[in-house]
Amino acid sequence: MAPPSDTRRQYHPHASFYPIAANTRVMGMTIAEKILAAHAGKDSVSPKEIVDARIDYVMVNDVTGLPAFEVFEEFDATPILEKTVLIQDHYVPNKDVASAEQAKSMREFARRYGIKNHFDVGRGGVCHQIMIEEGFSAPGRLIVGADSHTCSYGALGALSTGIGSSEAASAMATGELWFKVPETQKFVVDGEPGKYVMGKDIILHIIGDIGVSGSLYKSMEFYGSAIESLHLSDRITISNMAIEAGAKCGIIPPDEAVFDYLKNRVIGEYSPVYADEDAEYEDIFEYDASEIAVLVATPHLPENVTPASEIDVQIDQAYLGSCTNGRIEDLRAAAAVLKGKSVHTDVRMIVVPASKSIFEQAMREGLLKVFMDADAYVAGPTCGACLGGYMGVLAEGERCISSTNRNFIGRMGHPNSEVYLANPAVVAASAVTGRITDPEDLLER
Amino acid sequence: MEKYIKGRVWRFSENVDTDQIIPAIYLVTGDKQELAKHAFENVRPDFAKDVSDGDIIVAGPNFGSGSSREHAPRALLGAGIRCVIAPSFARIFYRNSINIGLPLVECDVDAADGDVLAIDFEDGKIVNTNTSAGYTFPSLPEFLVDLLDAGLIENTKRKLTRTG
Repeated sequence: MAPPSDTRRQYHPHASFYPIAANTRVMGMTIAEKILAAHAGKDSVSPKEIVDARIDYVMVNDVTGLPAFEVFEEFDATPILEKTVLIQDHYVPNKDVASAEQAKSMREFARRYGIKNHFDVGRGGVCHQIMIEEGFSAPGRLIVGADSHTCSYGALGALSTGIGSSEAASAMATGELWFKVPETQKFVVDGEPGKYVMGKDIILHIIGDIGVSGSLYKSMEFYGSAIESLHLSDRITISNMAIEAGAKCGIIPPDEAVFDYLKNRVIGEYSPVYADEDAEYEDIFEYDASEIAVLVATPHLPENVTPASEIDVQIDQAYLGSCTNGRIEDLRAAAAVLKGKSVHTDVRMIVVPASKSIFEQAMREGLLKVFMDADAYVAGPTCGACLGGYMGVLAEGERCISSTNRNFIGRMGHPNSEVYLANPAVVAASAVTGRITDPEDLLER
Repeated sequence: MEKYIKGRVWRFSENVDTDQIIPAIYLVTGDKQELAKHAFENVRPDFAKDVSDGDIIVAGPNFGSGSSREHAPRALLGAGIRCVIAPSFARIFYRNSINIGLPLVECDVDAADGDVLAIDFEDGKIVNTNTSAGYTFPSLPEFLVDLLDAGLIENTKRKLTRTG
């Protein structure tokens, strides 16, 4: 489907550029290239080059952890303790005996090797939120995680990317991993976003434009006044969904918003990395944020974007949570819409703050009361519903408006159920009316 | 890795995501045989029942998109799939497959369900024996050939031995 308005002006700045041999590279480097070069102990790297790079952290969750631990036992090694992070989030509190056994394997692995960075039920939350909140993520770092949304930490200027379980085990043992240096695409978003336009709408607009494989294997770099004006939370949403365009990472140059956030939080030192003036980009895409609508991605791909005001679909469930939109800013945006109203009688709304600290803050701010007064169900952090695991699984034919990142076939339940992706304010407005609703239209009523 | 294989085709379209390959509710084990029982369950319920050892998947672009779950290529290996052919692959799926020894071929092949393909990995050639159409594909970088041959586990052991 075509994007709602063609705000893209694309050009190829290097169309007449002459090719140079990789070993005589004279061009500057992008952020991803610089971070990979620094971690591979090289002065420079070029796209497509394969390098062995030292990683700063490797993270696994309860689902991807079990296969990693099994593989790890083959190595006759001990994990590099300070680099290993274990986070229970997908199926905890456990949904059944099998998931309980799986979570137990993580506890046993942590105990066996004395891994301190183990976040269990009641002490953590959704893995990517924890990787950010607990100070593992910082500018210039190279972080891998056995979860595809590991790319979220690009919002803090890190090169972070998803990997598999076996290679997570390998990284725990060796502290290194192979990387193919990606080409980099530059996305420039200028202008002032509309009142209810959030980071979610900006990234959905971009994915709607370039498609779900538009950045396949590439590094996305985000620039422009609209990106700079966004709160860190909205930037995390943008980096988080880079994978939905197929990207390896989605990096935003770090600024004061990031440095302030990291004060009294970050573990160890860090040094921000910025692209060179003459860095080589494969493509440059430009957008005007004032022309980006409040969007919904319809089933079954995140690229199927339509303005929320132009779609009329009845919903059965409204889900607010996840690594994409489960932060305090997201809960505030939803509560602002929901305050003094009630969830439609034919809808169940589920609110899942992404971490313990977000839950506590939402409680202090009275947001949980707003949700509960509106008859929403509020639960502790887990990934459960987002991936159709538990805590909000859809029945046949049901539709969910969701602040999550994927609307694939059967993603949240029955293969004939449907997921519509949107920002938290749209989720709240839709919960009230029982149909997909632009918050602007709700407040006009 | 075998240099030459011949197998029956399962045809899929574009953007086959890992939720289709193995739904998340089954991600409570890493066992490839167990996972294979539910491969493509939501979108192609006949797959797990009818797939046989040595079969090949031919798909459209962006195969394996979505989650990082290594359970996806493990489910395919467990089901007996010996190669996946697609014009492009999602990057984590690509890494996972190489790491666990499932060969992937980047090639746009015209084949229908049940066709029999002959793949020569050494020469980079594919022949659809039903249509006689031939295709070529570039060989993997040496680094990845070594990784695919040795497997990630062996590769990591060697690295650990070298660094002591």
